[in-house]
Amino acid sequence: MIFFDRVSKVYPDSFVALQNITLTIEPKEFVSIVGQSGAGKTTLLKMLLAEERPSEGKVFFGSNDVHRLNKSEINDLRRKIGMVFQDYRLISGKTIYENIAFTMEASGRTDEEIEKDVPHVLELVDLASKVWNFPHELSGGERQRVAIARALVNQPDVLIADEPTGNLDPVNTYDIVQILKKINDFGTTVILTTHNKGIIDALDKRVIVMEKGKIIRDDKKGKYFI
Amino acid sequence: MIWTNFKRIVKIGFMNFWRNATVSLASVFMMTVTLIVTGFVILGGAVLDNSLNVLKDKIDVTATFITSASEEDILKIKASLENLNEVSLVTYTSREEALETFKERHANDQSILTALNELNENPLGASLDIKAQDPSQYKGIAEFLEGSSALSSGGVSIIDHVNYYQNKVAIDKLGDIIKSADKLGLAVAMAFILLSILIAFNTIRLTIYIAKEEISVMRLVGASTTYIQGPFVIVGVMYGLLGAILALIIFLPITYWIGNTTENFFIGLNLFTYYLQNFLSIAGILLLSGVMVGAISSLWASRRYLRI
Repeated sequence: MIFFDRVSKVYPDSFVALQNITLTIEPKEFVSIVGQSGAGKTTLLKMLLAEERPSEGKVFFGSNDVHRLNKSEINDLRRKIGMVFQDYRLISGKTIYENIAFTMEASGRTDEEIEKDVPHVLELVDLASKVWNFPHELSGGERQRVAIARALVNQPDVLIADEPTGNLDPVNTYDIVQILKKINDFGTTVILTTHNKGIIDALDKRVIVMEKGKIIRDDKKGKYFI
Repeated sequence: MIWTNFKRIVKIGFMNFWRNATVSLASVFMMTVTLIVTGFVILGGAVLDNSLNVLKDKIDVTATFITSASEEDILKIKASLENLNEVSLVTYTSREEALETFKERHANDQSILTALNELNENPLGASLDIKAQDPSQYKGIAEFLEGSSALSSGGVSIIDHVNYYQNKVAIDKLGDIIKSADKLGLAVAMAFILLSILIAFNTIRLTIYIAKEEISVMRLVGASTTYIQGPFVIVGVMYGLLGAILALIIFLPITYWIGNTTENFFIGLNLFTYYLQNFLSIAGILLLSGVMVGAISSLWASRRYLRI
């Protein structure tokens, strides 16, 4: 369970990114967060990964207060959360295989596990044929699927997808959303931020609407509405 | 687990070095330049040291004794001089030897030889040539000679004169030059080494700057600091090692050329011979400084992108 307890974030230039956010996300939920740019969606996600500290309030992952963890506990936390970004953020100097293997190596998995799991997870996103390519040799949709494979390979409890379809055409967008749904069906919590009305309407899952750092709507089965 | 991690870090390091061949090549050359500067500082120091030692060796003071001084008294003084810490060498020249040298030196000057023959006895006194460990100590030695131990039993000094007082200005000046040359050499060497280390450091910093996005991604997939920094350190160490090896090879033709053209100028020191004789210690210094500069630069430069 993820719990944001009265979280606020005020930057030194007194810009208010988050205002008194209280939010619970249950295990195996599929939550979409929508809102205009600057509404605070990404800041909220960064709090969960301990990339940013709240000015006030607490963020819990399970029973742990995220911002009281030490360095190595933060590393452990991040291995339980898979991240997918709008700009993919693959490591350009590594092949597709190495990009995914690196995540497993970083969490201390054995060579045998890596050799078994990497091809498997690439099959899941339908990229088994591109194992030895470098990221720049792939299309946008393919890169995003590699990023999802990387996020999944450590079997995280939570998958965070921050505008994963922002740079993709409708067909690729559809593919990515289908993959996210499949992942959620397997029991992984998915948190998705997006601008795409079509996605939200088609998903028919919980929708949280943010504006100027506040949650203004939280619907169990929502439609896109700002 | 530690061993597996180490193997992985080394492997990633080698792979990064190889895949960014252009950047690696540029960094290795930068490191080579740095280490060549360091090497020149070492060789320059050797040349300076050698020249100063030759100069120092040319300074001495001579105490000349009166003709009536007994050899026994003079040798007593010689023995007590040799007991002084400041004294490195004392050479005794007897009256007869002094006369021989004098005759040889003036063999072509008949008038002097005739005048010498007209005297029935040897007019030259015996002398002691004294070399100090350090030019600044001649004053103390001269004063020691003036002191009580130089008195004969009759209470009259058996020392005729000490040439320190005639050479005082020259000795003092040479001492000053040697001291300031030492200081200046060290300062210039430090400045050069510091400058080239800064250049190498900045080159490595640029290569890591290129990778800062990747570092943040590694952080977000939960990689530990060691696991992220490790490969950068390996690459830095490789820059240092290859740079040092290149510099050591480049020094062979350089010192050979300089050695042959300047051997006389540097008072008998052949730089090429010196380089070969001291190859192991020079190689050690260059390899070690290359590895240190590479590793520390990598650690330092990657640190700031790891604060996520």
